[in-house]
Amino acid sequence: MAHRALDFWVGVFVLAGFSALTFLALKVGDFGSGGSAYELRAQFGNIGSLKVRAPVRAAGVTVGRVRAIDFDSTRYQATVTLDIEDAYRFPRDTSASILTAGVLGENYIGLDAGGDEALLEPGETIALTQSAVVLEQVIGRLLYDRAQSEGTP
Amino acid sequence: MRELFGGSIAAVSAFVLGAVTRIGAASLFCLRVLARSMTSFARPRLLVREVYFAGALSLVIIMVSGLFVGMVLGMQGYETLQTYGSEEKLGVLVALSLVRELGPVVAALLFASRAGSAITAEIGLMKATEQLAAMEMMAVDPVARVVAPRFWAGVVSMPLLAALFSALGIVGAYLVGVRLLGVDSGAFWSQMQAAVDFKQDILNGVLKSFMFGFGIAAVATFEGYAAPPTAEGVSRATTRTVVNSSLLVLALDLVLTGFMLQLWSE
Repeated sequence: MAHRALDFWVGVFVLAGFSALTFLALKVGDFGSGGSAYELRAQFGNIGSLKVRAPVRAAGVTVGRVRAIDFDSTRYQATVTLDIEDAYRFPRDTSASILTAGVLGENYIGLDAGGDEALLEPGETIALTQSAVVLEQVIGRLLYDRAQSEGTP
Repeated sequence: MRELFGGSIAAVSAFVLGAVTRIGAASLFCLRVLARSMTSFARPRLLVREVYFAGALSLVIIMVSGLFVGMVLGMQGYETLQTYGSEEKLGVLVALSLVRELGPVVAALLFASRAGSAITAEIGLMKATEQLAAMEMMAVDPVARVVAPRFWAGVVSMPLLAALFSALGIVGAYLVGVRLLGVDSGAFWSQMQAAVDFKQDILNGVLKSFMFGFGIAAVATFEGYAAPPTAEGVSRATTRTVVNSSLLVLALDLVLTGFMLQLWSE
């Protein structure tokens, strides 16, 4: 009888531990959704502070994630590899731009679907891209423009 | 003056020598336990009994502390995030701090004081009452029969307890943040899922707690086995287990975190 009670509590302990691990993996870590995705590439002149695993959104809906960011040393541009969920396909003339969530938020990639009937195949490169807006450059240009307009009476 | 100076140098060098010798003895003891572990795996009953004492009996304190730590994190996080109008990030804050650091470390500290001290006291008392010597007389290896099951029970229980701590902490933060303070439930979970990475965050946490379990079990069994066979010796060994294994956990955490950030950052 003593054996049975002991086994029961060890069983409770092990079950509780493993269900906690499953909870962490599925509910907290979203392990399941990384399953089936296809790859797209895009080249940008400047990626700002885009990071690996940043979301890829179309019309505000997250449709994938940034898998890798590399520097293309022949074209001096950043090559961004995207993982897009299999359920979502985009026309060939889709454009990708690097946007910022809120004023100080993270960078993410926004996809704007075009009107082409042909679809982007897995592994293809998105031709139309728009680089990140770097805040320092915008402010610099603004100051420069103002100085010029004030300089000429 | 000169004698005082010389005396303190002698004292310091004796302390350093003693500490290094002890670390060496503990490492050798650890290897000995590993070498004799096969016999204890052949008798899983022994292991189950020790998992009950080390793990199952720690369930209540781990779960209750996890819940309360999560609730406090939820309250404090909400208070700060609210000033930036981003209280829906509460889930991210709580989940990342629990899964990466607080879960493994606080659970390990609790485990060291709850189960580590019990292991040391038990082995130390068995030594003081000459039960270990009696086993040796009967050609039963006390390291294989007494020490190894307790060691492995600690190693096995620790990751499960840390996972429970983190999970209950997130539930506690959910109760306070969503139910009490009115953070949006969908944003709480979806932002958390977007930010928590399975490999970098959860798997690293499990790996960490596994290493902590290894360290605590090694310190606790060694202190018990090396304790002077007196009432005072056992009591001092128990105290040393709690102090040394807590320090070991914190030091290991620093080293492991550094390693993991280097290894998996891109």
